[in-house]
Amino acid sequence: MTALLEVRDLKVHYAPQRGLLPGNRDVVRAVDGVSFSVGGGETVGLVGESGSGKTTVGRAIIKLTPITDGTVLWEGRDVTHLSEREFRPIRKHIQMIFQDPYGSLNPRLTVESIVGEAIEIHFPDMTRAERRERVAELMSQVGLQPEHIRRYPHEFSGGQRQRIGIARALAVRPRLIICDEPVSALDVSVQAQIINLLQDLQEQLGLAYLFIGHDLGVVEHVSNRVLVMNGGRIVESGSREEIYQRPQDPYTRNLLAAVPTI
Amino acid sequence: MPLLEVQNLRVTFATEEGEVKAVDDISFSIENGETVALVGESGSGKSVTALSLARLVPAPPARHDGGRILFEGRNLLDMTRRELQELRGGKVAYVFQEPSTSLNPVFRVRNQIAEAIHLHRPDVTDVKAEIRKLLELVGIRDALRVMEAYPHQLSGGMQQRVMIAMAIACRPLLLVADEPTTALDVTIQAQILDLLRELRRKLGMALLLITHNFAIVSNLADRVLVMYRGKIVEQGASKEVLRNPRHPYTRALLACIPRLGSRQKRLAVIDHELLVK
Repeated sequence: MTALLEVRDLKVHYAPQRGLLPGNRDVVRAVDGVSFSVGGGETVGLVGESGSGKTTVGRAIIKLTPITDGTVLWEGRDVTHLSEREFRPIRKHIQMIFQDPYGSLNPRLTVESIVGEAIEIHFPDMTRAERRERVAELMSQVGLQPEHIRRYPHEFSGGQRQRIGIARALAVRPRLIICDEPVSALDVSVQAQIINLLQDLQEQLGLAYLFIGHDLGVVEHVSNRVLVMNGGRIVESGSREEIYQRPQDPYTRNLLAAVPTI
Repeated sequence: MPLLEVQNLRVTFATEEGEVKAVDDISFSIENGETVALVGESGSGKSVTALSLARLVPAPPARHDGGRILFEGRNLLDMTRRELQELRGGKVAYVFQEPSTSLNPVFRVRNQIAEAIHLHRPDVTDVKAEIRKLLELVGIRDALRVMEAYPHQLSGGMQQRVMIAMAIACRPLLLVADEPTTALDVTIQAQILDLLRELRRKLGMALLLITHNFAIVSNLADRVLVMYRGKIVEQGASKEVLRNPRHPYTRALLACIPRLGSRQKRLAVIDHELLVK
């Protein structure tokens, strides 16, 4: 069976900054030869510390950052070098939610516009009324009041804003959502609600997740398989049980040992 | 006499939508050399409580409506400005969550630590040697280089060590650490917690640790206070509270965290409406 998403030997390098000030002139190898796949309906966790390259992997997949080398396959098709226009139908299948729900929502737009915008782009045939109905439906799907469709992001709490981000991602009926630290900025009780919501949606819609995080407990809880990144490379990958019960790589062991336990 | 005794403290904020009781009649105490953890979520009042201990909450908009904060038996709420200045950074010191925003970006590390020494320790003659000693005490090996660095040249973990060095420069009796490791990676977090443990032993100071992480509580704190909506809903010995939480909020908070190896199918959620009743 072909995987939904496959990444082969992905590299993202950044050229040194040219500037007046003296500084490091070496190429930054943010992602340096990363390969993995995500199957339909599964959750793959991607853990690492700051600077490990985990966020860059997520962004490179949906062309938010240019790829230096390697291949990205969507359902077996090479989509690495597609133009922005050619890539648009793929982007409908791969959506992303971000860590900071406030920073990723336009403060001047109502929830209806924020969520509706994506529908307008990817489903141009829908009428305005249909669109509004769909946004209201998405609102209740993520646990928000459909009546609040005319409100602005600042009128919602952090957890509710993350729900708006999820509604926006769901609007185009994706098959894979890249979740970049979706609960890191939230209180633990709100975090639990969002994680449960993501799991419910996965069950209902058969979604696959690439779940990027630094909290090893959260990643263990949500993932079927786990990738551990350090210094731009995947140092270890395996099933959740393999990574958490029988870690082989010294970096993974070290990371797990550092987590304080009750 | 306890080092710190908070009696029936109330802190209210006047907002456009009316008064908000951020801290609502709380009482607790900290003994010399003791480590107490204050646990709660956003809006629970834990940070306002922590800041009140040196009268750092700006008033207005805040108002202390009664209660007493006794530090070595003297009520902070009656202190003059001058007395408070002596207390702040002298006997009570703070370490905050984001070291990068707490350090002044345009001054070298040595100047920032020197400021604290000049203000509170006129007895120190060789300031440079003292700074070096402090940096070494917080586990910085190349102290001479770090002294001359600007904050942006240091990693997050190093910045937090510098913050701790500044905080302990005046040998405080109470160190208040507000989420000191939340912004740090897990391996760095472990190092900073080890450092706090070691400093507590070497300097014998009391530690008030503000956190939302129960694992940190169990590793570091003698006692724990759980705050919810401005009130302390539960307090007791850390081991006892973690093993046998009595208040429904404490129980819910413990249950909603995905712990390593715990294998929950679904996370518990907190029913706030039920708790308020």
